[in-house]
Amino acid sequence: MEDAPLVGVLALQGDFAEHEAALAAAGVRTRRIRAAADLGGLDGIVLPGGESTTMLKLLDVEELWRPLGDALRSGVPVFATCAGMILIADRVENPNQRSYGLLPITVVRNGYGRQYHSGTFALVSTALPAGTTGTFIRAPRITSVGAGCEVLARRGDDPVLVRRGPVLAACFHPELATGLHPVVAMFVEAVRAYVRRSAAARA
Amino acid sequence: MSKKHPLDKIPGFTAEERVSKIGFCEQLKGGVIMDVIDAEQARIAEEAGACAVMALERVPADIRKHGGVARASDPGMIEAIQKAVSIPVMAKVRIGHFVEAQILEAMEVDCIDESEVLTPADEQFHVDKRVFKTPFVCGCRDLGEALRRIHEGAAMIRTKGEAGTGNVVEAVRHMRALMSQIRELRSMEEKQLEKKASELRVPFDLVAWVAENGRLPVPNFSAGGVATPADAALMMQLGAEAVFVGSGIFKSGNPQQRAKAIVRAVTHFEEPKVLVEVSKGLGEPMVGIDINTMPANERLAGRGI
Repeated sequence: MEDAPLVGVLALQGDFAEHEAALAAAGVRTRRIRAAADLGGLDGIVLPGGESTTMLKLLDVEELWRPLGDALRSGVPVFATCAGMILIADRVENPNQRSYGLLPITVVRNGYGRQYHSGTFALVSTALPAGTTGTFIRAPRITSVGAGCEVLARRGDDPVLVRRGPVLAACFHPELATGLHPVVAMFVEAVRAYVRRSAAARA
Repeated sequence: MSKKHPLDKIPGFTAEERVSKIGFCEQLKGGVIMDVIDAEQARIAEEAGACAVMALERVPADIRKHGGVARASDPGMIEAIQKAVSIPVMAKVRIGHFVEAQILEAMEVDCIDESEVLTPADEQFHVDKRVFKTPFVCGCRDLGEALRRIHEGAAMIRTKGEAGTGNVVEAVRHMRALMSQIRELRSMEEKQLEKKASELRVPFDLVAWVAENGRLPVPNFSAGGVATPADAALMMQLGAEAVFVGSGIFKSGNPQQRAKAIVRAVTHFEEPKVLVEVSKGLGEPMVGIDINTMPANERLAGRGI
């Protein structure tokens, strides 16, 4: 499929292979982002789960911090899960760390506790099919959501799936689900719409 | 194409265990897990980009020197490390010592390593890892050991290597054995797989899953003897998905720099130019041990088969 959209998956550390598998199953091509040269010509960007501190160190070492930031702000659809969401939040606590400030949210790292408290929980949402669940692994907790940021799903009272413009972020891991998770489908739909808009703009 | 053994249904694991236990281990992929003995070392490891730390009182090289019975670490020491860092903290229990495991679970350690590096507590049984909510990692020297541990509930496998030697030869032997045995399964027909399953003493479904998917159903990491960035990249090229480094970092001349170099080598394991850069000027590596001069009773990898 030569015309399938191409999504870049940040592949410094974490569950990037699971994201690639989920996207491939949805008919999208993927490319691993490990250097600035990998950022050209993408129709979407995924920031996977993993350890946000490890990713931050490697973004600096690879001199990717700025080029990735520019790509994330370029208007392409962005999908960030768990550690990826921490990277793009406005403010990060426990401990405080640097982030892109792409979404007006405050997140507390490991806000639901250590691995012992990880698991799959029901999501409350009008944007997702009834019965949709999310797997939270040492997940970040969103403690405040600023203006212009939509809350698409909650776990109890907590926002866990948020969106502003082309940027979609989840505290949980839709990429680990059996079959196509509705949140992955939502991102892929945004990528396809972006490709259509770009083609129309060129024509 | 309909598969009899789809990737996302793992024999012996519930759907929930697959996503929460194995899913946790998947977050560590492409990373380096470092042995640390105190909060200070844990901070250095985190700062260098470790994706997790293994808290233990003595690194394997010192366990060898010290001799005697090696047991699970003092909970106070593990707690101090849990407080010092925000990355996952793992800790070791003796093979078969399910009470040490209960203690670590009660402390909410993120992952438990049932490890041959400590003195085994049970010569017959490993810990029944299914009854725990905490994911376990176990060592293996070959496919049989790997699948027996997975059948007992391990959510991650690491090749054993020979810990505390700074010599990668055993880790290579174990990874090669594992990968070639997985490849062998791929060409077998059902009758042969049945025979293999009984030979390896594991359920047929588990063997059939590996045969069909061409890999272990849980993440496959490497451990035991990694001392340089090149060692780490070697294990990744041989098929490891992440690397444990024990004595190799804090027994070397410049732990900070070596830790950073190994982290980068694991991300860029297929790029020799990056490996050149990170391998420069690292100072003294840990002094290694030639496995051939080591008496058989000092080898740790033969524990827990």
